[in-house]
Amino acid sequence: MEGITYLDHASATPVLPEVKEAMLPYLDELYFNPSVVYDLGTKVKAEVDEAREKVASLIGAEAEEIVFTSSGAEANNMAIKGIPFGNPKKGKRIIVSAIEHHSVLNSARFFERLDYEVTFLPVDHHGVVDPERLRRTISEDTVLVSIMHGNNEIGTIQPIKELCEVAHEAGAFFHTDAVATVGNIPVDVKELGVDLLSLSGISLGAPKGTGALYFKRNTRFMPLIHGGIQERGRRAGTENVPGIIGLGKAAEIRAGRLAKRMEYLKGLRDTLVQGVTAQIPKVHFTGHPVDRLPNHASFCIEGIEGEALIFLLAANGIYANTGSACASKALKTSPVLVAIGLPDVVAQGSVVFTLEESTTQEDIDRVIEVLPGVAQRLRDMSPVWKEAA
Amino acid sequence: MKFVQGIKADDTLDLVCRMCPLHLLEPGEKLRCLKTGQVLEILTDYDGALEDIPQWCEKCGQEFIGIEEDDECYKLYIRKKKEVE
Repeated sequence: MEGITYLDHASATPVLPEVKEAMLPYLDELYFNPSVVYDLGTKVKAEVDEAREKVASLIGAEAEEIVFTSSGAEANNMAIKGIPFGNPKKGKRIIVSAIEHHSVLNSARFFERLDYEVTFLPVDHHGVVDPERLRRTISEDTVLVSIMHGNNEIGTIQPIKELCEVAHEAGAFFHTDAVATVGNIPVDVKELGVDLLSLSGISLGAPKGTGALYFKRNTRFMPLIHGGIQERGRRAGTENVPGIIGLGKAAEIRAGRLAKRMEYLKGLRDTLVQGVTAQIPKVHFTGHPVDRLPNHASFCIEGIEGEALIFLLAANGIYANTGSACASKALKTSPVLVAIGLPDVVAQGSVVFTLEESTTQEDIDRVIEVLPGVAQRLRDMSPVWKEAA
Repeated sequence: MKFVQGIKADDTLDLVCRMCPLHLLEPGEKLRCLKTGQVLEILTDYDGALEDIPQWCEKCGQEFIGIEEDDECYKLYIRKKKEVE
């Protein structure tokens, strides 16, 4: 859309034109069911399998290790629930970090109701999980450890390889929610060593309603959706063929320009961070300063309320996010910001900008120009700010 | 039913928790990746596989070696005798 500065790409991003074009025939004349035995369907199945190859290739996996899902959240559910149910003799303990997405946190909490012990690992003030802390926490009865690769609210990237090694030493499976990282930084499942990894199409320029779960070959798990033989019996239901084709195309495109994209986005992000921190007093740049997503800048501005900031920015044609839609709508302080040790009064002023390749230097300049005035206007109305002053 | 012990497999296919008819679809695909004479181990917790897989082997010209039972699942062994059609 012209005339707006849209910097909330982690919530939703436009479907790439090439992706849309690749999908269209499957919404039109190529509507056949990939499970049928006649040629019209088997041709579609071949295209679905090619899309699977492309998604696998983006993360260094084999095609047979990819299961298509309806979202990153479904992939997370499939991993967090499927592993304990599929490996009941391993033990009844699950470890997740305190800053996971709700689809991981709530799937883990579901097991508390089934008498599992669930441990929420704390993080440091940059949002990093210390592998040594995991080593001290993990026990022989731990069936699964799930720690996200990149955090959607504060941008921090976790030392997954080290964490995974600790989990494996204890005989536990390791899952990572890589929705924020796949397509934004190089991700190789073999190099990371993970058993399961979730990804989402909306991070790649594919349509909503697409995602995938990587399973290391022969990882035993209980399917959650039973029915037919789709996805090798791991997730029943007629495939979302247009979505899968779109996800495959998006993965192929992203793989081809990842390095260039990272360099471009890092440049814009750093300009934004420097501009905001220089222009606004008492602003906290949240998350890890170096090990962070290249397209992600997150701040807490003291003395203001994030929701109000988002509304005022939108009134000025700038679209950002508070970082946690769920927490925001429930009028709760974000658990991620609490976990990194920010006091409520600071955490309330959260604002997150997520950039795309369509983001321009002009967009960044506009935020740096408008944000300080908007923040000051809110501070002028804020009893909390006046009291602190 | 032929019970065996200590068979050394060249590859494993874990189908525990997977429902019928996956135990009849996946072995063929897996055998395609093996050389003639190599052994595939199939792990399953589906009782029906104990009859179905030996029958499938007979129908497809593959050698069914036998079954081993452990705490968690059945282990069924197939030796590849010919290319899978």
